Amino acid sequence: MPDQTPDRSVLLDHVSIRFGNFTAVDNANLKINSGEFFSFLGPSGCGKTTMLRCISGFSEPTEGKVLIGGKDMAGVGPNKRPTALIFQHLALFPLMTVAENIAFPLEVRGVSKKERRKKADELLEMIALPGIGDKKPGELSGGQKQRVAIARALAVEPDILLLDEPLSALDLKLRQHMRTELRAIQKQVGVTFIYITHDQGEALTMSDRVAVMSRGVIEQVGEPDRIYNRPRSAFVASFVGENNALQGVIKGQSGDLAALETPMGTFEARVGGGRKYKAGDAALLFVRPEQLIPGATENAFHATLTRQEFEGAANHVFAKAGDSELRISMVNAGLAGSLPGQGESLSLGFAPMNGTILPVGHMASDS
Amino acid sequence: MNRHTLFGGAYALAFFAFLFGPLVIMATTAFNSSRFPRVAPWECFTTGWFGELFGNARLMEGLMNSVIIGVGVVALAVPIGLAGALALSELPAKLRSMLYTVLILPILIPGVVLGISTIVLWGQITRGTGAGFLYNGYFLTIVGQITFVSAYAMLVFIARLQRFDATQTEAALDLGATPGQAFRKILLPFMAPAIGSAAFITLLASFENYNTTVFTVLSESTFTTALASKVRHGTDPSLSALAVIIITLTLVGALTNEAYQRRKEAEAGGRASRSPLYANPVTRALTHPGIVFAILVTVIGGITYAGSQYDSSVCEAAVLQEKLDRQEELRAEQRERIEAQEAEQGVTVPKPDSAFGGAFGGVGTPAAPAAPKPESPSAFGGAFGGITAPEVDE
Repeated sequence: MPDQTPDRSVLLDHVSIRFGNFTAVDNANLKINSGEFFSFLGPSGCGKTTMLRCISGFSEPTEGKVLIGGKDMAGVGPNKRPTALIFQHLALFPLMTVAENIAFPLEVRGVSKKERRKKADELLEMIALPGIGDKKPGELSGGQKQRVAIARALAVEPDILLLDEPLSALDLKLRQHMRTELRAIQKQVGVTFIYITHDQGEALTMSDRVAVMSRGVIEQVGEPDRIYNRPRSAFVASFVGENNALQGVIKGQSGDLAALETPMGTFEARVGGGRKYKAGDAALLFVRPEQLIPGATENAFHATLTRQEFEGAANHVFAKAGDSELRISMVNAGLAGSLPGQGESLSLGFAPMNGTILPVGHMASDS
Repeated sequence: MNRHTLFGGAYALAFFAFLFGPLVIMATTAFNSSRFPRVAPWECFTTGWFGELFGNARLMEGLMNSVIIGVGVVALAVPIGLAGALALSELPAKLRSMLYTVLILPILIPGVVLGISTIVLWGQITRGTGAGFLYNGYFLTIVGQITFVSAYAMLVFIARLQRFDATQTEAALDLGATPGQAFRKILLPFMAPAIGSAAFITLLASFENYNTTVFTVLSESTFTTALASKVRHGTDPSLSALAVIIITLTLVGALTNEAYQRRKEAEAGGRASRSPLYANPVTRALTHPGIVFAILVTVIGGITYAGSQYDSSVCEAAVLQEKLDRQEELRAEQRERIEAQEAEQGVTVPKPDSAFGGAFGGVGTPAAPAAPKPESPSAFGGAFGGITAPEVDE
């Protein structure tokens, strides 16, 4: 079997896309594997949609090449590429019925009406919505439209399915449900999914690998847990998940660990991205709120609690240490547990492996 | 009823009287046998003006020409307008506003200028290229009208295109459609209602145009130009009959459309399932736009047939007789008055037929016969007749 499955990989070979003086995508260079669920994650305006349009053929790269299944796609229009795109607002055809929508790719390829209907019914079966073929898209709910759009895209039998924030219009519960469903559909059909989102929850839960983008640059590519636990740049550390950032000066480095002097004291932490620092270099220390542990002995310091936000499973506690405000996430231990009161002094600490030292760079809040 | 509703009602009444009063008066005059279109004095109810209208060869020929020209204009102006609107939607904003102004300009230019320039331009072209057969009223009117009518069509299409989601076309392309297929299967169906209204608007604009057409039509005439020249030479109620026909067609169209819209709305809004009107199969069928149209056409057809059978000649003859009698009456009165006057003054001329007849008659013919001439037709007849009396009398 493995030899018979077609090559469904996408190779971005030093791709840059410019509009006049504006660089939307800057030297993107990565390979998306056959059958992978791959996400581009980044804030709006980071160039991820431009990247998607370039892969689907609506725009050509200014520099570099896009290869799909090993073939150069230069000059190949969107209707000739083995890709299907699911638009942010789905772009279902409102004047056609659901079945006509799904069978549209077959219609334009000259497939007979009877066969089209059969295929449409099969796909409706697959997305678990049998019997809605004669409705108009306007009569469907948001989640149903979503699934119809997926069925229509799959009717092309694409090698690559491109999804442009298709869940952003849905409410929270439905969005979570659709995540599971998308993932299941992807496993079922074995098509490479390329997913565009600014929602890190979506990217982290569904993807095999994630590329984090900022200002047209791919900052980091990797598995979701590596992106979260081993950020390679200040942007990735601050954009993915919550993080506390402390500015300081390197005192020394030994192997993977370095000592950073901050206004709150000197901390020992892991060096992100295997970089080498000299003493005196400016750097940033990132510690996740859930990894700041009260009463921990390593890297211990004192902070004064300023306010709390209750969020069910977790308590978000804000504390002041030196002149920086820190965010601490505490598991809700229920009625058996107790929480510190406002104005109380806390002793906090974190394991050196859980802190990450990164070079100074732009952060998520800057862009 | 308080003062507000009273005032509101009166205002609404005045408003509608102002809007529809002229139409009502004009429609009424179509059925009055008076030779001049008027409501009072009412003479006879007649349907004769409709026959007179259809009997007018010049108007009917103009109508035929208008239809030919209208169809030609619709067939060309609608695609041109659509192409213009599509081109505008694809352009960058700066270029778009400039091109928009250029394309809209013909609407702002006086029709007279368009008409004259059309003749001049095509006169040059056809003479220069030897395509003299093109220099005729039909061709020139069609090209002349298209210059501005296609801009109307374009405005309709622009309005519709603004609501088009361009990702629909992209989605079609992405799903494997060629640009042509995407146009035919996605954009055209979306534009269909606008194409319908644009065709209607362009047909009307072509039909009712006078300023440009009166020049470009050359020796031919369209309905509108024929109508205008008829009015110039004195109007009669057959034009009112035309107004009745146009008003009727408009009403039928509007009512059918209203029935269609209401049904569509009721079905879309889910009201259809709840309304008792739709539950009953008879009333449901009766409110169907097709049935509404058929009923209207049947009723109007019946009225038309009844009208065509109606003969007002007896009444008209009676009115004519009445008029003659009245004339005679007046004349007799006048005679009596004069006789009485003469008797007062003691004039010796014996029994003159008229006021002046006697005076001059007396001068010119001293030997006037004594016999009175009561059948003399007019007051002046006697006067001049008196001068040349010897021949007349013999």
